[in-house]
Amino acid sequence: MALSARLSRVPALVRAEEPRAKADTAAAAAGCLCLALLTVAIFAPLLAPYHPDTINAAAINHGPSAARLLGTDSLGRDVLSRAVYGARLSLLGPALVTVLSTTLGTAVAIAGSWVGGTFDRITARFMDILFAFPGLLFAVLAVVAFGPGLIAPVIALSVAYTPYVARVIRAAAVHERQLPYLETCQLLGYSSWRTAVYHLLRNVRLLIVAQATLAFGYSLLDLAGLSFIGLGVQPPAAEWGLMVSEGDSALLNGYPYESLAAGAAIVITVVAFNVLGERLTARSQSRQ
Amino acid sequence: MNTPALSRPGGTAPEPRLLDLSGLRVDLKTGGRWRTVVQGVSISLETAHAVGIVGESGAGKSVTARAIARLLPRGARVGGDVRFDGEPVWGMSRARLRRFRARDLGIVYQDPRAHVNEMHTVGDFLAEGILDHSPRERRERAIAALRATGIADADRRLSQYPHQLSGGLLQRVMIAAAILPGPRLLVADEPTTALDVTTQSEVMAILAEQRRARQLAMLFITHDLDLAAAVTDTIAVMYAGTIVESGPSATMHERAMHPYTAGLLAARPPATRVASLHTIPGRPTAAYESGPGCVFASRCAYTQQRCLEARPEPRQLGDHVISCHRAEELQGTLRRALERA
Amino acid sequence: MTTAGMLSHLRRWVLTPLLTLVAASFVLYTAVWLQPGNPLTLILGTRASPAQYRYMAHKLGLDRPMPVRYWDWLTNAVHGDFGTSLVYKQSVTSLIGPRILTTLLLVAYASVIILVVGVALGIIGGMSPRAAPVVAGLSGLGVAIPGFVAAEMLTALFAVKLGWFPVLGSGQGLAGRLQHLTLPAFALAIASIAYVSQITRAAVSAQEQSPHVETARGRGLSGPRILRRHVLRNAAMPILTVSGLTMASLLAGTLVVEYAFGLGGIGSLLDQSVQDKDSNVVLAIGLILVSVFIVTTTALDFFQHLMDPRLRLKATATWH
Repeated sequence: MALSARLSRVPALVRAEEPRAKADTAAAAAGCLCLALLTVAIFAPLLAPYHPDTINAAAINHGPSAARLLGTDSLGRDVLSRAVYGARLSLLGPALVTVLSTTLGTAVAIAGSWVGGTFDRITARFMDILFAFPGLLFAVLAVVAFGPGLIAPVIALSVAYTPYVARVIRAAAVHERQLPYLETCQLLGYSSWRTAVYHLLRNVRLLIVAQATLAFGYSLLDLAGLSFIGLGVQPPAAEWGLMVSEGDSALLNGYPYESLAAGAAIVITVVAFNVLGERLTARSQSRQ
Repeated sequence: MNTPALSRPGGTAPEPRLLDLSGLRVDLKTGGRWRTVVQGVSISLETAHAVGIVGESGAGKSVTARAIARLLPRGARVGGDVRFDGEPVWGMSRARLRRFRARDLGIVYQDPRAHVNEMHTVGDFLAEGILDHSPRERRERAIAALRATGIADADRRLSQYPHQLSGGLLQRVMIAAAILPGPRLLVADEPTTALDVTTQSEVMAILAEQRRARQLAMLFITHDLDLAAAVTDTIAVMYAGTIVESGPSATMHERAMHPYTAGLLAARPPATRVASLHTIPGRPTAAYESGPGCVFASRCAYTQQRCLEARPEPRQLGDHVISCHRAEELQGTLRRALERA
Repeated sequence: MTTAGMLSHLRRWVLTPLLTLVAASFVLYTAVWLQPGNPLTLILGTRASPAQYRYMAHKLGLDRPMPVRYWDWLTNAVHGDFGTSLVYKQSVTSLIGPRILTTLLLVAYASVIILVVGVALGIIGGMSPRAAPVVAGLSGLGVAIPGFVAAEMLTALFAVKLGWFPVLGSGQGLAGRLQHLTLPAFALAIASIAYVSQITRAAVSAQEQSPHVETARGRGLSGPRILRRHVLRNAAMPILTVSGLTMASLLAGTLVVEYAFGLGGIGSLLDQSVQDKDSNVVLAIGLILVSVFIVTTTALDFFQHLMDPRLRLKATATWH
């Protein structure tokens, strides 16, 4: 019988209790919001009323009007359109960081907990060194080494977040490893590597997703902050952190719309992803 | 349920009992829904009297015990009456309630490791029960209480932390703390369940001895019918939040009149021969899972139509109080079943 | 304590952090070493001859292999010599000195706010079921507000609209400085207040529902006593640990907040130096940040060990 077919029979042995999912309005609402934000990013050209880069010297720092719901910035560009387009760069970075750090962190965690021994200890040491760096600092170092932009900070943050993801997943993996069902699988003759990957992943997958959504939120904060201080995304691109910074002079003159709109976009996005992440984490733990 | 009648010199008005639960009902909110966990429980205790509440998990025993001290989770709904010395516990002011808990009531819980604060020394833990004494007195009384529970080097123990003591030792400390203020009622919620058998009998012996020495009334909660029979005067058998039978401990194992009690007795593994276990089919149900009829109807071997329709009222049958429609008819059947087991 | 015990403690709290610090400093140095661009142009300009570049490179020791240069830098740094700023042409130490004060004041101010407000909110949320959702909601919002967004919001409201606080600068004198630092401190603190209040609420709430608190209640102890000796005493550990960690990470947050408010601290200096490619300054400030972080986390670990009788007495625990 093919291994995959045999493996698919194993679910009967895999943990007895799978409690029915309760309706969770907060998670659902947060989830919808996250999807909405991603949709805005993807379909920005269809949703933005104007082009984000059109400069209009005659309409500098105007307040909201019927035509321009959030007014214009210091170069006469429409703030709302820039905010909508800004979703693309603002969410792309976090998305990349999330995927990379989650993959790396999970791989390290599961490999470490399964192989154990020296390998585990060495990886733990590596993680400890990474823990000494706050994420933002690591991103700054990346900019030092490779120049400003999006890619270098993204990679830096992915590396910086890996230990946090790894720590959580590892704890869960170690717990899972001791459960009798894994031993049963081994006794039944399923290859140990496949067993580890297939079953451990299946049972900690909810936790992995939960960690990923939390990583999304935090990386958004770090990346936007980096752009704010001029080391991340560079002008004239539309990005929320950059917009907060660019709107500063207008804000001091009584036109806070650009700054606050971009700031609100950041906060709303992070809240949505955090709520989703926390709910998923709680859900994954209640199944233990 | 009534304790066996004590004769009184004629002409005096009946004194209030030490503890009187009548028609106790507790609803708890779990998962957003209200669930009845205890219904229509009536128990009373005289001074120095011990009642055992016996039942399986989920029967509502612990909830009943906590209702006496008003230690239920916030927002629990309570109906019926709980009176200590005639005074309604649920009507007490907060200050009065604190005094009641501090002086009249002692509670021993099932898991000493969880119930004793690991951050404070044993001495501090004990001293907290008698704060209205001088430090020297507190120390002396703490040592005396530890010695009373069979702890030899009490002096040294006072400055130790809970994690440095074994489970049995810590349980003795909890008992010492419970009896230290000189309470009149001891509530013991499965005090030996978390301990191994040897330690169990030691702790039980200490409890029994202290009870006798201090004339303590005791409410003893357990799932072990034999254990309850050994240390209590009366046994109340609880199922699905209701008392289904109560009677004198000494004869309960011979004269059980409720099918559930008989089932519990029959399910005990015999100590002298090898035989397959009789079990009560199905699983223990909680109060909120029972329908309009008898709470045990779904698992009872003798269920009839009327058992499913109407809840049996508790009534006196000999020296037992029993809630069963068919109590009289089944007496003979049950006795024979018990003899065979 | 046994010798073995001493050694293991030494290893845990002295040797390991030290090694981690050294490793981190190496990562730091590598990042700077990888920096594109030639530092020599900052010194000699762009039109010097190749011979002059070579001479200068040799004089500054830039032609040696990287590990050697790294070691040199590290040993000097340990003695307090961080070299010269390529941009400002003065010793890095003299550059950083005055600025550190501003940053420290900012971080201290923010820390006080975080501890007082965050823990208080958390206790309220943990002890009162009615307040809990409010605290939870506010803190859920707060963690999502990064320093720079908070900076703009607070400036827009309190400085521009209401005029209660100045917009920029570090101020003179203690009172002046505090006034100037108030908005920055709050901007820095908001996300941390939210986080600390979340952890506090969770810890307090968990203790409030724990069995040992039930025991305390069942013995008729008074509310304040239970709160003090049983809830807070047991919840203190996670609360203090998280508070400490949060305060350690405040240093990184100063990067953003100092830039936003035009404060002359080491955060804004770091930002500036990165853009100017002033390597020695970047290295110096980076090392300070990482050291503070490592020292703080180690100190917290030690403190945790000290405070928990279970951990402290593990070596001597025997069962009877």
